[in-house]
Amino acid sequence: MSIDKDTVKHISKLARISLDEKKVADLSKDLSSIMRFIENLNKLNTDKVNPLTSIINASLKSRNDEVNSGKIRDQILKNSPEKNEEFFVVPKVIE
Amino acid sequence: MSNISEFSLKKIVNGIKRKDFSSEEVTKAFIEKSKNSKELNSYITECFDDALKSAKNFDKKKDNKGLLAGVPLAVKDLFCTKNVKTTAGSKILHNFVPTYESTVTNNLWAQGAFLLGKLNCDEFAMGSSNETSFFGKVSNPYGKELVPGGSSGGSASALAAGLTPATIGTDTGGSIRQPASFTGTVGLKPTYGRCSRWGIVAFASSLDQAGPMTKNVDDCALLLQAMSGYDPKDSTSIDIKVDNYTSKLTEKVKGLKIGIPKEYRVENMPKEIDEIWKKGIDYLKDAGAIIKNISLPHTMYALPAYYIVAPAEASSNLARYDGVKYGHRAKGKNLIEMYENTRSEGFGDEVKRRILIGTYVLSSGYYDAYYLKAQKVRQLIKNDFDKSFADVDAILTPSTPSAAFKMGAKTDDPVSMYLNDIFTVPVNLSGLPAISVPAGYDKNNLPLGLQLIGKAFDEQTILNLSLAIEKRANFKKNFNVWWS
Repeated sequence: MSIDKDTVKHISKLARISLDEKKVADLSKDLSSIMRFIENLNKLNTDKVNPLTSIINASLKSRNDEVNSGKIRDQILKNSPEKNEEFFVVPKVIE
Repeated sequence: MSNISEFSLKKIVNGIKRKDFSSEEVTKAFIEKSKNSKELNSYITECFDDALKSAKNFDKKKDNKGLLAGVPLAVKDLFCTKNVKTTAGSKILHNFVPTYESTVTNNLWAQGAFLLGKLNCDEFAMGSSNETSFFGKVSNPYGKELVPGGSSGGSASALAAGLTPATIGTDTGGSIRQPASFTGTVGLKPTYGRCSRWGIVAFASSLDQAGPMTKNVDDCALLLQAMSGYDPKDSTSIDIKVDNYTSKLTEKVKGLKIGIPKEYRVENMPKEIDEIWKKGIDYLKDAGAIIKNISLPHTMYALPAYYIVAPAEASSNLARYDGVKYGHRAKGKNLIEMYENTRSEGFGDEVKRRILIGTYVLSSGYYDAYYLKAQKVRQLIKNDFDKSFADVDAILTPSTPSAAFKMGAKTDDPVSMYLNDIFTVPVNLSGLPAISVPAGYDKNNLPLGLQLIGKAFDEQTILNLSLAIEKRANFKKNFNVWWS
């Protein structure tokens, strides 16, 4: 399957990555060649195979439902590019 | 003690214990060598002043407990280190300073080691040549124009050049073993769940695993022991006993059954790779191991399946980089445009390719055709290994289909770059442990590694077999120092 420019634009919108026309063209070429490689899988019939769900044969551990962290608001805000007191700041969403 | 930087990790640990030299002397030796080796570009962040302080404190306290007491270690810049910048080789994290420490690095510090610096890597560990880092390419000590492999390329380069006594990397599709093979060093990817993933910048969560990179097999056993263990903060880490790998390390491998998978003899493989493989077989025969031909029939499907699973998980993991909570932020007229510009400016080309592939294969209507198909193929690949391990104790293969290649040789064609991981990827898809051990040279005097794949949680057997190969291959590094 080849990934045309419109498809690149569509998925880059889904992935929230803006691209100029040159990048769209480059990516259309690169992604098409990757997808052609991936489609080697179609040579293999997997109709009767169950998909792998976990590579380790262990059940997940459960723990008591207790608060064991918290009060780290300052730490969480420390790396934010823009903050205001205890909030992250983003461009205005609602007019 | 000018040659301390040439010593093995074990020799340094024991030397500090016996007071042959102080932690400060050791630390100074590695700092000096690192300062004289900037041309390799193996570091992203140097922590030399703090390392020296830690060394002096250690010498004063003389607290010699711990497997790594008094040892400075530089680590891949994918491990979050408290109050030390952690970039993952990306512009989007160029200013990120974690307020917490990864479990694996914490384990090392609990054994008495301290941080020397953060080492370069492919952006978000996506690459096989360390050419995708925002902080520039890394050179292989075997040649300025040669790649050190990737993604743990800075780690491999620094280790081979003697800038750190040992190091740790991460391996999602070969990112420890391939650079180890390219630089004549030892690298081990543990069983999935052996080491905690908590505090490691995530790439593909069902494949990622941290592991040791060292000058020899003995050091590898020691560092694996220090970093491993169950962590309640990582629900996929496994609560089973960590062996005393060092005390159990032995080259006595007589009677062990070694599988040789015919599917790893791939088309157009250089003759030298085949020859080093045969040599490895001879070394193990000489050690008394029994060689058996085996078949892993779905090997050829591993790489295509990997390039669905890994990008799919990456596209989801990397959704968190939105310019709001941390890292780089671009301007935008509204919230959506701010996201789009931030991610466009912050991610490099390879990361964008993988996010978009991942987004595509997970997008509406394609899930069954790609992701579900890949998970079925993954099951078949795992079944191949399970069947083989009913008959053999370990599997021997080459680590890579070639020796280190020239910078730029594969950057125009992503698929040719991906093919480099053809021997390493099946192991990640199956969660198994595997090690690359240097075994010889090609005609250009570039190192070649052999890979041993083990049963789940049986790192000890592949360490022992590697030791048997190491003793017989008698590999010695043979590059000239061209960079200082």
